[in-house]
Amino acid sequence: MYSRTYKTIVAAPPLLWVCLFLLLPYALMFAHSFWLVREGALAHQWNLQNYRALFTNPLYFQVLLRTARIAASVTVCSLLLGYPLAYYLSFHAGPRKELLYQLVIVPLWVSYLVRGYAWKTILGSDGVLNGLLQYLHFTREPVSFFLYSPFAVVLMLTHIYTPFVFLPIYAALEHIPRTLVEASQDLGGDRRATFLRVILPLSIPGLLAGATFAFVLSLGDFLAPLLVGGPSATMIANIVQSLFGAAYDWPLGAAISVCILLTTVALLFTTERLEKRWSFR
Amino acid sequence: MSDGASSPQSATPPLSTLLEVRGIAKRFGRADVLKNISLEIAAGEFLTLLGESGSGKTTLLRLVAGFEQPTAGEIWMGKERLDTLPPYKRRVNTVFQNYALFPHLNVRDNVAYGLRVKSTPRAEIGGRVEEALRMVKMSSFADARPSTLSGGQQQRIALARALINRPELLLLDEPLSALDANLRKQMQSELKALQREIGIAFLFVTHDQDEAMALSDRIALLRNGALEQIASPREIYSRPATAYTAEFIGQTNLLRGEVHNGVVRCGPLQWKTAQGAGTVVMSLRPEAIQFAEDALPFPDGVRFRGAIRQQIYSGASEFLEIDCGDNLTLRARVPPAGPLAGECDFVFSAADAIAVSESRALAPSGKPDHKTA
Repeated sequence: MYSRTYKTIVAAPPLLWVCLFLLLPYALMFAHSFWLVREGALAHQWNLQNYRALFTNPLYFQVLLRTARIAASVTVCSLLLGYPLAYYLSFHAGPRKELLYQLVIVPLWVSYLVRGYAWKTILGSDGVLNGLLQYLHFTREPVSFFLYSPFAVVLMLTHIYTPFVFLPIYAALEHIPRTLVEASQDLGGDRRATFLRVILPLSIPGLLAGATFAFVLSLGDFLAPLLVGGPSATMIANIVQSLFGAAYDWPLGAAISVCILLTTVALLFTTERLEKRWSFR
Repeated sequence: MSDGASSPQSATPPLSTLLEVRGIAKRFGRADVLKNISLEIAAGEFLTLLGESGSGKTTLLRLVAGFEQPTAGEIWMGKERLDTLPPYKRRVNTVFQNYALFPHLNVRDNVAYGLRVKSTPRAEIGGRVEEALRMVKMSSFADARPSTLSGGQQQRIALARALINRPELLLLDEPLSALDANLRKQMQSELKALQREIGIAFLFVTHDQDEAMALSDRIALLRNGALEQIASPREIYSRPATAYTAEFIGQTNLLRGEVHNGVVRCGPLQWKTAQGAGTVVMSLRPEAIQFAEDALPFPDGVRFRGAIRQQIYSGASEFLEIDCGDNLTLRARVPPAGPLAGECDFVFSAADAIAVSESRALAPSGKPDHKTA
């Protein structure tokens, strides 16, 4: 078959890439999380102080909890938007299917930052939403809680991640043989029974994949809270960012990162197992 | 039309009509897939929709099941109009071509599906599932996933899943086409035995004329979306109404001749006929032709002499191509006769030459066309 030299040459670039840009940074991060900062300088002294701080300081726990809550809300909201959209497109859109599909995908080509600023313009005190409400005489004063709140973060992240949730669900629905739907109807299942007993169970792998996307991506997001979140919506990634920046506490930042990384890996592992359990091809 | 179309079986409506298709038409875009189809299915009858691909047989089945809406016409089941009901309200069940078993459910849950969605009491479901699985001899596979079963086993489960609902009419869409030849033969006889045993009417779609002959009480032959002939297998074979039917079901010789003064002339052949004057097309089955020396004397025997052009031995019989001169070639199926050469004398009974209505299957030159189905 292929010679040893050929295999080595082909495998070298990706291996090098993985070592240089994945394993090495992770190793450094892991090492940092066990070091500490003394008198404004990094001290290479092995200890567990950072992890202790993480679990004893209520501030971090509180932010972690808020982050999880926001990520969960984003997941639920984008599932509630993405699933019906995917279902409609796959089963009932008819000849408009291709066009609608492209329309759902188009926002993915627009820069994340642009969409973030767009929400800032919409939700701000002198923004589009307040302007409209005042014009319609629903409110006299600008409503300030639209912007700079966890609500704004959830709104923005839901907007950004709904296509990511939509895509795997749509793919899963498209893969369901239509004769199964006919078989269900033939056996006496109305629309509701057919959906609950055939379509929904067979789309669970896509649903899990979509939910994982939304949750994991939201969990590590720091731009949305920065742009539209404000202090009340600070997420764990913002803490990490400030620890690596102004606060200059790389070890603590690294410890938090390790925790997020482990959580994410555990989550991905679990959902992959679940997806396997629910796929039947 | 010949007298084949007004034969007793097709003219007399079945004793108790279960399903009635009245003037059904179906158009997809600009294509007329079905044109004014009317037929009846009797209770307990095995009716086969036979036709080439594109003849509309599957579309007709899907209309009865409710997966398609007719462009015109009505479907009635007893006093209930069927074509306006959604599929889940019709008292018919379907066995799909690719079985369409639910991959996320095991065999037991697949079979129980119909009862579950209709909220049948839990206590009743278990017993009926057992019974249905026993009927198709699959009791020991209750916990298996469909993907672990062979094609034949999936076929049985699909059958059990449909029959557990106790439909009055079972629709089968080429259910055996995915099975290999031996298994297909075995499933054919099991299917027929099962149908007799439970007494449910079967509407069976196939493109395989042997299968249709072996299973059916009646065959409805479809061609380009129209009903060509509907009759029992024996009737449709021995008295085909059209040249197309004659060629599609079994093999035949199509003879085009001229009738003059009660005598039909076809190339070098001629015999007395009751047909009126003019052009006629006759179907003569290959097995109707015999060696003249073997045959008992016929009152209406037509003797002719022809050269053997080709001889194909197939064990139980020989297939001959006989050049009768005057551009007429006949095909004959005779008992094994050993190697033949040169010219032989043959005979057939004039009664076996069945006048059929013309069809495009005949070559336009007027030369008899011997294409076999």
